[in-house]
Amino acid sequence: MNSVKERLVNGLIKENPTFVLMLGMCPTLAVTTSAINGLGMGLTTMVVLALSNAFISLLRNIIPGKVRIPAFIVIIASFVTIVELLLEGFIPTLYDALGIYIPLIVVNCIILGRAEAYASKNPVIPSLFDGVGMGLGFSFALTCIGAVRELIGAGTLFGIHVMPDSYVPCSIFIMAPGAFFVLASLTAIQNKIKIAGEKKGKDMSKIQSGCGSDCMNCSDMGCKNRFYDEKAQDKKGEEEKTND
Amino acid sequence: MIKELLIILISSSLVNNVVLSQFLGLCPFLGVSKKTSTASGMGVSVIFVITLASAVAGVIYKYVLVPLDITYLQTIVFILVIAALVQFVEMFLKKFMPSLYESLGVYLPLITTNCAVLGIALTNVQKNYGILTGVVNGFATAVGFTISIIILAGIREKMEYNDIPESFKGMPIVLITAGLMAIAFCGFSGLL
Repeated sequence: MNSVKERLVNGLIKENPTFVLMLGMCPTLAVTTSAINGLGMGLTTMVVLALSNAFISLLRNIIPGKVRIPAFIVIIASFVTIVELLLEGFIPTLYDALGIYIPLIVVNCIILGRAEAYASKNPVIPSLFDGVGMGLGFSFALTCIGAVRELIGAGTLFGIHVMPDSYVPCSIFIMAPGAFFVLASLTAIQNKIKIAGEKKGKDMSKIQSGCGSDCMNCSDMGCKNRFYDEKAQDKKGEEEKTND
Repeated sequence: MIKELLIILISSSLVNNVVLSQFLGLCPFLGVSKKTSTASGMGVSVIFVITLASAVAGVIYKYVLVPLDITYLQTIVFILVIAALVQFVEMFLKKFMPSLYESLGVYLPLITTNCAVLGIALTNVQKNYGILTGVVNGFATAVGFTISIIILAGIREKMEYNDIPESFKGMPIVLITAGLMAIAFCGFSGLL
């Protein structure tokens, strides 16, 4: 039970995929034109993330190390297809609003990253809740960003008019450039916290500066992994040797 | 026909720019844009891969998925085809064109899970483009990517020596630059 709680807190706060790790930026920018779209995208990703994490963890001892990346991709893509068909059938408005970004969940760094970093090494239940926690963190972040953009750009929140009538909406914030500006402020705040923390001598290495800085942190999380990993087998062999 | 292709060429490369208005391929756009030389290398590789991938995906969709009536499997099939294709291109270049591999090789693995490649393959299907139109669309989109990444790299090279507030150093200022570029690219929407 402890590990479940720990995984949820980890995904929501400690390793929040958007605010701390800065992974999966494409959908974060593209669909957060309103709070409700952000929430929809976040929850969709959460379902895929939790199911694929659980499934990959279940199969972790069967999948050979050499072809694990393609195997993970097939599993993730299958769940994305299932979720896409369900959305099309039951929540068509959300399906239309998210459009092409639903199938693109397949290439979201967060999902392959969690599969590689957590689910492929841990039992089913913690992996499932790792996915749920990460997904909740992602939904929370997307909803926040969507709310800010919607509030400034249209004067509404979840479609309800909240700003005073004299407020003139700054519509650039719900257009493409606004997404960049909001993310820029977010990373600036993150930088500030990081700098302040480092001055106090805390370890801030967990806070990443995004796929953006050099794509190197992506590489650990699966973005840059080769489709067919030639080194995996050697590594496993070495591990076995050291075990002997 | 030619007129239609020309319109796709302009709209996909400038008006609906893949990075600045659709947010696809953001990782390499922000990550590999420190120098104009690497940015142009990345751009050329992306043009090469996306054009090839949209051709292959188009052929597979038309001659395999549609006749077998399994179009709902498109996402799975496309991602596997693209990933295998990139790997294959890398091996092919390494073996037969070492000089080209030297210049493009480092970028190829970065493109495997680039959402722009899968995005184009899916857009082509969604818009009911034929194989030729799809290839033109892919090429134009990749050209748009190359244009914007080279412009961003140029601006970043200039910005290197500017005095930027401490917390805006690094990513934030690059994102603001990208936002301003996106505003500038909005101006192209009057073209069509």
